[in-house]
Amino acid sequence: MADPNQETHGPRRRRPFKGLLAVSFGLLFIAFYVALIATHDGSRSNDEGIDETETITSRARLAGVSEKRNDGLWKLSGDRNTPAFEWNNSMLSWQRTAFHFQPEQNWMNDPNGPLFYKGWYHFFYQYNPNAAVWGDIVWGHAVSRDLIHWVHLPIAMVADQWYDSNGVWTGSATFLPDGSIVMLYTGSTDKAVQVQNLAYPEDPNDPLLLKWVKFPGNPVLVPPPGILPKDFRDPTTAWKTSEGKWRITIGSKLNKTGISLVYDTIDFKTYEKLDTLLHRVPNTGMWECVDFYPVSKTAGNGLDTSVNGPAVKHIVKASMDDTRFDHYAVGTYFDSNGTWIPDDPTIDVGMSASLRYDYGKFYASKSFYDQNKGRRVLWSWIGESDSEASDVQKGWSSLQGIPRTVVFDTKTGKNLVQWPVEEIKSLRLSSKQFDLEVGPGSVVPVDVGSAAQLDIEAEFEINKESLEKILGNASVVAEAEEFSCEKSGGSTVRGALGPFGFSVLATESLSEQTPVYFYVAKGTDSELKTFFCTDTSRSSVANDVVKPIYGSIVPVLKGEKLTMRILVDHSIVEAFGQGGRTCITSRVYPTTAIYGAAKLFLFNNALDATVTASFTVWQMNSAFIHPYSDEAVRALSRT
Amino acid sequence: MKMMMMMKVMMMVMVMVMVMVMVSEGSIIEQTCKETQDFNLCVSLLNSDPRGSSADTSGLALILIDKIKGLTTKTLNEINGLYKKRPELKRALDECSRRYKTILNADVPEAIEAISKGVPKFGEDGVIDAGVEASVCEGGFKGKSPLTSLTKSMQKISNVTRAIVRMLL
Repeated sequence: MADPNQETHGPRRRRPFKGLLAVSFGLLFIAFYVALIATHDGSRSNDEGIDETETITSRARLAGVSEKRNDGLWKLSGDRNTPAFEWNNSMLSWQRTAFHFQPEQNWMNDPNGPLFYKGWYHFFYQYNPNAAVWGDIVWGHAVSRDLIHWVHLPIAMVADQWYDSNGVWTGSATFLPDGSIVMLYTGSTDKAVQVQNLAYPEDPNDPLLLKWVKFPGNPVLVPPPGILPKDFRDPTTAWKTSEGKWRITIGSKLNKTGISLVYDTIDFKTYEKLDTLLHRVPNTGMWECVDFYPVSKTAGNGLDTSVNGPAVKHIVKASMDDTRFDHYAVGTYFDSNGTWIPDDPTIDVGMSASLRYDYGKFYASKSFYDQNKGRRVLWSWIGESDSEASDVQKGWSSLQGIPRTVVFDTKTGKNLVQWPVEEIKSLRLSSKQFDLEVGPGSVVPVDVGSAAQLDIEAEFEINKESLEKILGNASVVAEAEEFSCEKSGGSTVRGALGPFGFSVLATESLSEQTPVYFYVAKGTDSELKTFFCTDTSRSSVANDVVKPIYGSIVPVLKGEKLTMRILVDHSIVEAFGQGGRTCITSRVYPTTAIYGAAKLFLFNNALDATVTASFTVWQMNSAFIHPYSDEAVRALSRT
Repeated sequence: MKMMMMMKVMMMVMVMVMVMVMVSEGSIIEQTCKETQDFNLCVSLLNSDPRGSSADTSGLALILIDKIKGLTTKTLNEINGLYKKRPELKRALDECSRRYKTILNADVPEAIEAISKGVPKFGEDGVIDAGVEASVCEGGFKGKSPLTSLTKSMQKISNVTRAIVRMLL
């Protein structure tokens, strides 16, 4: 390597040259490294240690699948030549409900910390005090004696600490053996990290629990290693382990696998994270609002969250961020290591075929054990399906579903059954009873007077002759395997044995209507399958609202008649099939089927079958949900 | 002399390698935009913002929401100008004004807060709604809209932004 020309300068000249080479290679190496770091940083956010390309492909697939799912929902009906529908205040103000929980104004989302204490049912909720869209979230609060008649209370918790300054988010309550309450909730910190915080009532002697104190040592939990700072929220009610500790679970995700983390604690202040997960299901995305509770296999009452034993199954429920569906599965809990496995892994939590509490607009649901009446009660956030411009104009957005009891279906052994709490019957006013035979292709007006606030309980029977004729007729094609409420065209598509049911919030001319119906179809095994659907596609002529057809198969056991219950309350319709085996909540925004023009119809769109309908329709009173005042509280306490 | 040349060659090779590495990786933007329905639009919007080259997926979503905000303001200005030029369109313009103000005052702040705080689903709602409001405004002109190209831009940007926000779920 020595340059003969330089030899005259002596050996001193060689070392600097080699040095320069070494330095150059060194610089090159550093340049490589720096370039690699600089360009990888941006993509590190979600894919630690996972092959970048693989993740992007699966993201794309999921994004594509999920997009298609929601895409149809948001395509505006009509082309761009369809005139925009102009909402007026009369139409918008009709949409407000009479007996569903909603704040006086602005935005609401998830139910939080429901509980019963010193004679009062407490309900907390995600609330935006400033706008009719999500944001600036604090905990709203209301109380009731019966889960139906509510008084609003002042805001329970605001975003006033560094550990929740970006949001006081969802949480759950746990009762300690001495009857005191601890509340765990998610805070979004000043750096937008999701952490868990502890709070408790300032004055346990105040039955209204007006004021809450945050534990000065908050946060009690921060995202553990391997969990991203924005994938850690919605702690559950705690349950006792056989070792006498308290245990909670918190939903999260690892890449696209939905998971539920488990923590044990003695004092709700320090926690040990278990190495095991309660459960995990690949490709389900982030699990929000996880709920975990026992149900009795044999009895119709609810169980305290800590109950365990051979006569008990455990439910794992999660709200799927990707699809906005709540899914649950029935399974077995192993207390020794805090794990749970589903009875049927083919319909595991979050899989598209897995069970849902509700096949309509229903999310972020949360249950609590009501020790007052020994039942488990389910709350759920029912969002709007209209445009945000309408929400801003009307000044509010979102409802809660009517609280439902939840029990295990002892007859099918495979699913839960939900039913509106019985206290709702106190709203029933006058009623009319009907027994009608409805031939194929008929629509029958049901004269009940005002039809925007109704409770309908109905029993249907398909004429035996029609049934036998159709089942025996080989030319009647099996269609049950192909049918779905969502994709089979809605209530105007006529089959041999359906659709039949009620059309609610309908105009005289049926220019707007919301059919709730059964569709009975023959399967390839010649057995009948029954579907329960709500068709909102013609609920409104407005083109800036979402109008899907919702529903699912409903199990019907031998000898059972077909039954449905429908609660109509202005812009919300809640439908319960077969005693609550399949439930559908819909939001509808009619433009003319409002006020006195809203009517009720019974219909049978089947081609061949005659159907007998026996039903009662009640007018429903308002729940008169009151703004906060001492007087309103006193009035309720007397009930 | 030879040493100087070797050094120059070293430097050139170093620079070439750095550039190659940067160009091939470079596109966090390109990789992200590949997963949207309008690659070219996505890339041009993100490249036009200086934050684009160093942003993560959240950051890219926020840049696009900024573009939505900018387009909304531009459209509102256009609407204001049209009142004088096309007074016969007042009713439709009023509706459009209301719709675009919703995007500016409700959808955009909601989306920014949701994405920054890691609850992207509310961001998705806001972004979808921006497209809905634009479409409804367009429909008000019954086929004779003076805002069609702005509407189309909003619909396209809304779709692309939504695809990126969904990557955060």
